[in-house]
Amino acid sequence: MSRTLPVLTVVAAILLVWYLGAIGMNAQWARDQAARAETQLTTSALIADTLTQDRPVLPAPHQVAAGLWDGIAGQKITSKRSLIYHAWVTLSATLAGFGIGSLAGILLAVGIVHSRAMDQSVMPWAVASQTVPILAIAPMVIVVFASAGVTGLLPKAIIAAWLSFFPVLVGMVKGLRTPDGMQLDLMKSWSASGPQVFWRLRLPSSLPYLFASLKIGVAAALVGTIVGELPAGATAGLGARLLSGSYYGQTVQIWSALFTAAALAALLVMLIDLIQRLVLKRMGLGG
Amino acid sequence: MSAAVIEARKISLTFQTADGPVHALKDVDLTIGKGDFVSFIGPSGCGKTTFLRTIAALETPTGGELSVNGMTPDAAQRARAYGYVFQAPGLYPWRTISGNISLPLEIMGFSRSDRQERIARVLDLVDLAGFGGKFPWQLSGGMQQRASIARALAFDADILLMDEPFGALDEIVRDRLNEALLTLWRKTGKTIGFVTHSIPEAVYLSTRIVVMSPRPGRITKVIDSPLPPERPLDIRDSPEFIALAHEVREGLREGHGDD
Repeated sequence: MSRTLPVLTVVAAILLVWYLGAIGMNAQWARDQAARAETQLTTSALIADTLTQDRPVLPAPHQVAAGLWDGIAGQKITSKRSLIYHAWVTLSATLAGFGIGSLAGILLAVGIVHSRAMDQSVMPWAVASQTVPILAIAPMVIVVFASAGVTGLLPKAIIAAWLSFFPVLVGMVKGLRTPDGMQLDLMKSWSASGPQVFWRLRLPSSLPYLFASLKIGVAAALVGTIVGELPAGATAGLGARLLSGSYYGQTVQIWSALFTAAALAALLVMLIDLIQRLVLKRMGLGG
Repeated sequence: MSAAVIEARKISLTFQTADGPVHALKDVDLTIGKGDFVSFIGPSGCGKTTFLRTIAALETPTGGELSVNGMTPDAAQRARAYGYVFQAPGLYPWRTISGNISLPLEIMGFSRSDRQERIARVLDLVDLAGFGGKFPWQLSGGMQQRASIARALAFDADILLMDEPFGALDEIVRDRLNEALLTLWRKTGKTIGFVTHSIPEAVYLSTRIVVMSPRPGRITKVIDSPLPPERPLDIRDSPEFIALAHEVREGLREGHGDD
């Protein structure tokens, strides 16, 4: 109880601001329409109009909710108008890209921790890769792959991997380096081999860091996939849904797609959090 | 004195730093016999820890000759000649106490049944029987340090090297552990090298006390203890004990006079 009240208060405040915003931003259109029809709008009629327009500047919360409901429950999931269908297209590319990105991040981190040369040569490129605007890179990746005859999931997954490998790399390097001198000396005093030090000390030490960075990585992968869907003229995926919505002024469609993407990201992060709890609890690190 | 286990002849170790060379050890000569309990005492920077680490092959001397069990320190390390105990327990939080003691045994390739037998034996030896299934955070600091001693004993090394193992514990726990360590030493007949800051601790535990002083790190005095092997805690109030402690303190003061 003590936690639901503050949460509900915040939600109510957001909805209030949102409704006020919708009324304010949609009022101009309602007034213009009234002027064209040479009628006068009462204040209550004006407000009612701003909350029920077909193409509002800012759709009201109930309109977005209706759009979401229609997209999720009102369509066959194979339909091009189903948000479930588009979410699945985005999700599959996200997971593929996240898998590639995490694996690359982990492998690079292992290399960086074990080789001074790799530390000095790879890290600057990894940092540089993240300073390039993804909006500039994404179309090039799509075009290059398309010219090689590869379209669909893989190019999007590459863009997702591009964004998600970096947090995993940074977190994993930090994690693998957590064992202190004393713990490494202990291993040395037992004449432990390099692989033994890695599997029994460095890797388990790094897991809390790995999970934290996987959460950032999976959210970044989703952003990467959606950005990858924008320039392709893609017909499927939440990114395509956003793009077609903006072409035709379907703001309700845009907001529905945005909320679906946000829910998807939250779901993915929660899933990793759950796995983290289970793994760390089994390792005795749950406290 | 019985057969030499550790022999150091003119050991020197110089670290190259940005501020020039630091002489951590200079011309250290020492012979440690089998079953000796040798304490190294001295102020910070006197090289006591560094000397212990050279015996363990965690540091390599830049000069002199060092043999452990008649081998080079490196070979002795591979032959599992010693167990090392640090100031912090260094237990893995994701392993139980048994799992932690099992760690060196796994690395050294002991079979599963052999491991279990050894874990039970050393847990008993440090009075932690029944705590094997606990995680380190469930144990007190003193118990954790006992577990780390059990870990160092598990693979039957003849030599136990201890670097201020009780330095982070409070005095009451420390007294108890000192007593337990003496009992353990008498029972197992291990050769023990023990680094400490504490004069009473050194005098209470040792058969020989090595007094060291800094810049350059060297041995200023080696004192053989006249105390009997059987030492109840109240031996610390005896005139022999107080005289010995005085001798160690004098030795430390002389070392400082050189600065």
